[in-house]
Amino acid sequence: MAESELDEVSGKTTTGHQWDGIKELNTPLPRWWLITFYASILWAIGYWVVYPAWPLLWSYTRGALNYSTRAAVGVELAILEKIRGDKMIALGAASLADIEKDPALLTLARARGKAAFGDNCAPCHGSGGAGAKGYPNLNDDDWLWGGSLDQIVQTIQFGARSGHTKTHEGAMLAFGKEGILKRDEIGTVANYVRSLSGLPTRQGYDVAAGAKIFAENCTSCHGEAGKGNQELGAPNLTDKIWLYGSDEATLSETITNGRAGVMPAWVGRLDPSTIKALAVYVHTLGGGK
Amino acid sequence: MNKIIQTDPDQVEDVGPLYAARKNVYPQSVFGTFRRIKWGLMAFCLGVYYLLPFVRWNRGLGAPDQAVLIDLPNSRFYFFFIELWPQEVYYFTGLLIIAALTLFLMNSVGGRIWCGYLCPQTVWTDLFYAVERLIEGDRRERMRKAASADPLKLGRVFEIVLKHSIWLLIAWWTGGAWVLYFTDAPTLVKKLVTFQAPAIAYIWIAILTATTYLLAGFMREQVCVYMCPWPRIQAALTDEWALNVTYRYDRGEKRMSVKKANELRALGLPAGDCVDCYQCVAACPTGIDIRNGPQIDCIQCGLCIDACDNVMKKIGGPTRLIGYDNDINIQRRMAGEPPIYRIVRPRTIIYTALIALVGGIMLYALLTRSLLDINVLHDRNPVAVKLSDGSIRNAYTVRLLNKRGFDRVVTIDVDGPQDAVLHVVGDDSITPDRPMVVLGRDGTTELRVLVTAPSEKNTEKSIPTKFRITDIGLGEVASAIDNFVSP
Repeated sequence: MAESELDEVSGKTTTGHQWDGIKELNTPLPRWWLITFYASILWAIGYWVVYPAWPLLWSYTRGALNYSTRAAVGVELAILEKIRGDKMIALGAASLADIEKDPALLTLARARGKAAFGDNCAPCHGSGGAGAKGYPNLNDDDWLWGGSLDQIVQTIQFGARSGHTKTHEGAMLAFGKEGILKRDEIGTVANYVRSLSGLPTRQGYDVAAGAKIFAENCTSCHGEAGKGNQELGAPNLTDKIWLYGSDEATLSETITNGRAGVMPAWVGRLDPSTIKALAVYVHTLGGGK
Repeated sequence: MNKIIQTDPDQVEDVGPLYAARKNVYPQSVFGTFRRIKWGLMAFCLGVYYLLPFVRWNRGLGAPDQAVLIDLPNSRFYFFFIELWPQEVYYFTGLLIIAALTLFLMNSVGGRIWCGYLCPQTVWTDLFYAVERLIEGDRRERMRKAASADPLKLGRVFEIVLKHSIWLLIAWWTGGAWVLYFTDAPTLVKKLVTFQAPAIAYIWIAILTATTYLLAGFMREQVCVYMCPWPRIQAALTDEWALNVTYRYDRGEKRMSVKKANELRALGLPAGDCVDCYQCVAACPTGIDIRNGPQIDCIQCGLCIDACDNVMKKIGGPTRLIGYDNDINIQRRMAGEPPIYRIVRPRTIIYTALIALVGGIMLYALLTRSLLDINVLHDRNPVAVKLSDGSIRNAYTVRLLNKRGFDRVVTIDVDGPQDAVLHVVGDDSITPDRPMVVLGRDGTTELRVLVTAPSEKNTEKSIPTKFRITDIGLGEVASAIDNFVSP
């Protein structure tokens, strides 16, 4: 460690540190930097006073402004509600049938419905409502529980087999598992069901036996002609749309194990005008009755 | 191979600072032809700029009646009888192409006509110089005042305050006129003076006041020399036939007094006309000497021509020692041949033809532009839906554009899949096969359209499908092509 000395070239003193003859100049920090530095410290102190800053054991210092990000979000949401206010009130007041006749209300309901559908319905029904195996396609004209606006609202509100007291009940029985039908009977009636919608059947299957099994076991829900019953959520077996699949193996599986897909009840989770908007959106996807 | 490269000591560049301080310019007042042209053009340009927002144009009920209006909130641009929508922004591209070609043409005919007479930087700087001259006096007086080391007297302080006040007032008017193009001008003026205009109007006025004040009051020729790319570009675009502001050194050199020139001429010896009076330098708003030849600092405003002509008239010599000319003619005169001027030559013909072509295309596009339009967007999820009877349905979002100033009724029909049935969601038209829809004036209408067709008659995976709308009153037709897809 050498002594601090005056550097001739720069006219400044050295720190006294030396490495292999290289000396370190004792250059002060630039003034602008120091001013910024002290100003930042002052700013921080001011910030502690004004805004929430220090954690305490069970709480925190609240600051002179009593600012809270949660309250700020609440205010912004209130502003949003106020902006939407009149329109959403109009949507809530209009009858379902009137909404589709008023272009402005229809646009609003479809926009609101689309957003709500993406948030709540898309996980099962798909973002465009195209559905999947076991989850109905909402674009087509085949409805388990009815496709009128009122029926759609009913289904959204209370769901299907959701446990809500007003929910749609009724399920496909597990004819095989329960021992009601034997394995070969199931194969026969599966082929008969395929014939109802004009699908090809296995060669040499017993048509009369199939018809008999169908009449004895299936008609109470699906009807004598197999046209289904929307009161019970029993699908129409004569059309071209199949929720789980129409091949013999899938049909046999359905008859053996039964089916009981669940749709949750949304009443209480979504406000009435949102449910209304959702119903209009689903109805106008194209399949609405 | 190892050749030693000798460096010529005379070729070594001086490694001085790259920064050059601005030399203040004190242009002398001038009178003459080009000064008059400049006053006229300044009055015209500023007049158009300041007054155009107040010109009215009747477009019927519900539409703005301002002749030139950039209506940003409603995404419309109005120019007299033209109304443009955002998707027609290509008209501006066309205008810019014409503007560029016009610059090229001006440049090939008369050099930097834009810089010297029309550029806002030149026009406003010229105006600011006029104010400066009016208050502080002409070149010599201003130079004396600037160089004076005396303490400021009240009169001088008054002059400075007055000059900057008037500059700021002009600058404020510049920004004030700018914002008038974006909303109804008389209403905004009323709101501005009662301090009820939106903050953005004041902010823009403040920004443009600041830029005008700085650019025209302080930066002046530095904008042209250091900031603007056009001097560089035009140097690459000019050619040997273009008429530029030129000092005719064939006539001017060698510079000498009138008396000496007369003596030499009496002896039959060559003598120059330039008397080296420096009036051309004194008049120059960029502070250069035109006698040094063409240079990037020269904006070719022609004021040195006026200055020189005035001197020539006084000493009884022929005028236009400085004038619009080119080097070819100088060389020809030196060789004793008459000068030739080629305004019409391949370059100018090609530019003119291109301007006419682009202008023609734009005019054609404008006159034949459709006031009814349709855009179709196929549903992506699901692309196609199978219905319970086995038929196929595709859904589309259809957007209809009505660019007319009144409501109209159109029918929609579709051409593509066999036995297709069209349905517009929410529409209970009396003609369900060919739904009728009302389109609001000057706006768009979005519809959800469902097309259903039997699968057995439409077995192709994708069938091109034409959506057509027909105005039932005017018979106008618009169409768009999309596809009908089978699952």
